[in-house]
Amino acid sequence: MTAVVALDDLITAVTEATSPAALVEAVTALAQVSDRAAIPALITVLGYNNPGAAQIAVQRLIAWGRPAVPELLARLDDYNYGARAYGIRVLAAIGDGAALDVLLQAALRDFAPSVRRAALRGLGNLDWPAGRLERQSEVLAALEQGLMDGDWSIRYASVVALEHWGCRASRPADLPAHLLPSLAHCATEDGDSVVQTRAQLALTRLTPPAAFEPCHS
Amino acid sequence: MTATVPEHLTPSEAIANLCHPDLSLRYYAAWWLGRFQVREGLEALLAALGDEEDRTALGGYPLRRNAARALGNLGDRRAVPALVEALACTDFYVREAAAVALGNLGDPQAVHPLAVRLSGPAGDSVLGTVHLPEPYPAILAALGNLGDASVLPQVYPFANHSLPRVRYAAWRALFQLTQDLAYMDRLMTSLAQEAVPLQRVVLADLGATGYLPAAAAIAQARAENSFKLMALRGLVSQRLASGEDSARLVPVFDLMDGLL
Repeated sequence: MTAVVALDDLITAVTEATSPAALVEAVTALAQVSDRAAIPALITVLGYNNPGAAQIAVQRLIAWGRPAVPELLARLDDYNYGARAYGIRVLAAIGDGAALDVLLQAALRDFAPSVRRAALRGLGNLDWPAGRLERQSEVLAALEQGLMDGDWSIRYASVVALEHWGCRASRPADLPAHLLPSLAHCATEDGDSVVQTRAQLALTRLTPPAAFEPCHS
Repeated sequence: MTATVPEHLTPSEAIANLCHPDLSLRYYAAWWLGRFQVREGLEALLAALGDEEDRTALGGYPLRRNAARALGNLGDRRAVPALVEALACTDFYVREAAAVALGNLGDPQAVHPLAVRLSGPAGDSVLGTVHLPEPYPAILAALGNLGDASVLPQVYPFANHSLPRVRYAAWRALFQLTQDLAYMDRLMTSLAQEAVPLQRVVLADLGATGYLPAAAAIAQARAENSFKLMALRGLVSQRLASGEDSARLVPVFDLMDGLL
């Protein structure tokens, strides 16, 4: 197989696709490639405003894992929040500690709720490099702040992130005790019934014996 | 409510801003009062619903539109008579916002006035395409939410409307009013077949039905995660409102978590 030539052709097919369906087809083909040189082209697809194609690229980039992280961090789209949300979603799923600052900034300051939700979820899913444990209180403060946001979806994402933090098998530290009351407050007082019920589920998963399901992560 | 409100505006400032000389501040204040569900804003928003000063070049009433939307969010049924009156406003978008608000407020008084708007002269759009004589999707959705099956004769004809988004709203309402699963099948088939822009419309309609078996199809749609998340949230909140055991909702929460 002439891998190099084939990759160029596949990338050309992506950049020159003339219809949404052709783009999806070209990205599907590009996602089969096992050459790292496909990563930048997959990242470019996140900005094409084609959710079907972007989903395929997201899944493939997540499967790439850490090798995709430096490229993603270098190519996050400051102007296209849709592309940024996809990129942050990939970083969130990979959980590489190198994304800490980008995720924290996005969770606290991005104007787009979709970007903030993805970043919050990522903050609950980070692999912590040993040298950076001192940043954990900063992250937990961001998650706690998220529980009080005006947007239901930000509060929902913060609940999920705290649950994941507390449930992770490889967690470097337990969920600090003061956060359980914050979650409990959300579980009884949140103005949105969906957020309330999700917080109740998180609490039962974090505090055994579990009435729902045990942690899964 | 744990939600914090932006520091730059207080409820009393927002209420005062509804009469501010700067029309853009009035418009923002109306949105803000609805966004943060400031119940003390009722009287001021009712006054804004009769505003004559904020006009577009084409004669529209922007402040009235935002006031109607906000009144739908406050959850106070004292707004119903004024919103019913707004269904006859010359501004299409005021009528649309009023219909949505009445669907949110859930007062049976709104059923007849909404249904009457479905029986106007032309059932189809004037030029066969874009502009409808009435905001049919909003009216149909509101009637579905209100749940009074006596309006079925007025709703049925819209199940075959030439515009997909009108048909979808009709199917959603017909499922809500009859629980006939054939309408859910039609919506799910449309979700699978539509391109992304109309998928977003179908997602909103599916979410409003509270039909849990639609959850997986919603999560797999090609549309953006935000739309799918909103639809799943709709399903869950419908089920919670009808007393569903939250343990049965865990699979839907898992799908929602995956869309963040």
